Amino acid sequence: MSRIRLLVGTRKGAFVLTSDGIRKDWSVSGPHFAGWEIYHLKGSPVAPDRLYASQTSGWFGQVVQRSDDGGVTWNAVGNKFVYDGDAGTHQWYDGTPHPWEFKRVWHLEPSLTCPDTVFAGAEDAALFRSIDGGDSWQELAGLRKHGTGPAWQPGAGGMCLHTILLDRANPQRIFIAISAAGAFRTDDGGLSWKPINRGLHSQYIPDPNAEVGHCVHHIAMHPARPDTLFMQKHWDVMRSDDAGESWKEISGNLPTDFGFVIDVHAHEPDTLYVVPIKSDSEHFPIDGQLRVYRSRSGGHEWEPLTRGLPQTNCYVNVLRDAMAIDSLDSCGVYFGTTGGQVYASPDAGETWQAIVHNLPSVLSVEVQTLS
Amino acid sequence: MTATVRVELPAHLCRLASTSREVHVLLDGTVTQRAVLDALELAYPMLEGTIRDHTSKLRRPFLRFFACEKDVSHLSPDEPLPVKVSEGKEPFLIIGAIAGG
Repeated sequence: MSRIRLLVGTRKGAFVLTSDGIRKDWSVSGPHFAGWEIYHLKGSPVAPDRLYASQTSGWFGQVVQRSDDGGVTWNAVGNKFVYDGDAGTHQWYDGTPHPWEFKRVWHLEPSLTCPDTVFAGAEDAALFRSIDGGDSWQELAGLRKHGTGPAWQPGAGGMCLHTILLDRANPQRIFIAISAAGAFRTDDGGLSWKPINRGLHSQYIPDPNAEVGHCVHHIAMHPARPDTLFMQKHWDVMRSDDAGESWKEISGNLPTDFGFVIDVHAHEPDTLYVVPIKSDSEHFPIDGQLRVYRSRSGGHEWEPLTRGLPQTNCYVNVLRDAMAIDSLDSCGVYFGTTGGQVYASPDAGETWQAIVHNLPSVLSVEVQTLS
Repeated sequence: MTATVRVELPAHLCRLASTSREVHVLLDGTVTQRAVLDALELAYPMLEGTIRDHTSKLRRPFLRFFACEKDVSHLSPDEPLPVKVSEGKEPFLIIGAIAGG
């Protein structure tokens, strides 16, 4: 029988939650790395017991942890992230040049084919790769140096590279997203990159054709249809059907199109999930009602999913990497909140239950479907 | 002559290094901040980059070093530490700044 393993990163440690395929009863292991911020954990698709975790602290800097037994034991691996050559400058909040400074790893994306290869998305924005299981890291500097880098600016959470999407059909293609620079694509394995932001409109950018500067919060892709991308921007939910060459808005009837997470059903490439958040100044659900919205038509038309979710006095947020979807036949949807709850739906969003209630503020949720 | 230097770590780094609050490092020659931290990182490689920058070797901004009830954070890393530290009578303290609410 299949098993499910959830990898939950929080402000004060990591937690590993496991269940059988029914997904009703869960065991909780943790906190791992107690007291440290765990921005993200993720398992290798080809060696599921190989996990990577980004452990970080304002005091002590960055640590990367690796497990080879599904999160039972961990070893610190390489944490030396050095920008390639002269790091140069990006723009600071006030528009002045600011030197690139490494702060932390927001997202770790293991290779689809090799357990020792893993990508790391960093703040200040850069993409690093390890081909030795995290022992050493090299920057894929073509991204930062393709030309627009000096114009990038941080979003409120810092200038973070938070999304890394690998294309199963084309190993040379990678999509990434940066707050608040936008989305970028490489078609040659990371040597050269291009901005893919045409069609995005941001109120604070007067130029409607601005190549960069958009605050992309997250991007999702169905592996069977890699040219179709779904984006939750700061405001606006967007869709591209040409690998990011152009974007169209699909916010439709959402009650607010601000939010952080977006994800795609495991078996229905046109079924999407978002969690609408009231606004950029009020990071909580509208009217204190926690609602996941689902579109089964690739956008435009959305339905609220509420059964089992709090519908009164709920003022949590769901951060950009805090939603995940398993691949069982009746696909499971999971998300974590800044209030420390992790919700699970074993039936594609129809019903929900809180599988833990009182963790530290949740930063990320990933899921592994294990045989 | 070999000196045994006591180093007291903050709780987060004890957890990272899977060690007790106080660790001992053995040093030949002059006992300086640099010598202590070099020896500490050699014994506990997972601490590299968590106390000082990998490349510049500068102390991370939110950490301070104390010895014999004095803040020695701003001493040159090559200046000798107090004799009581080199004699093992007083620990070399690595302390995280108190910040947050």
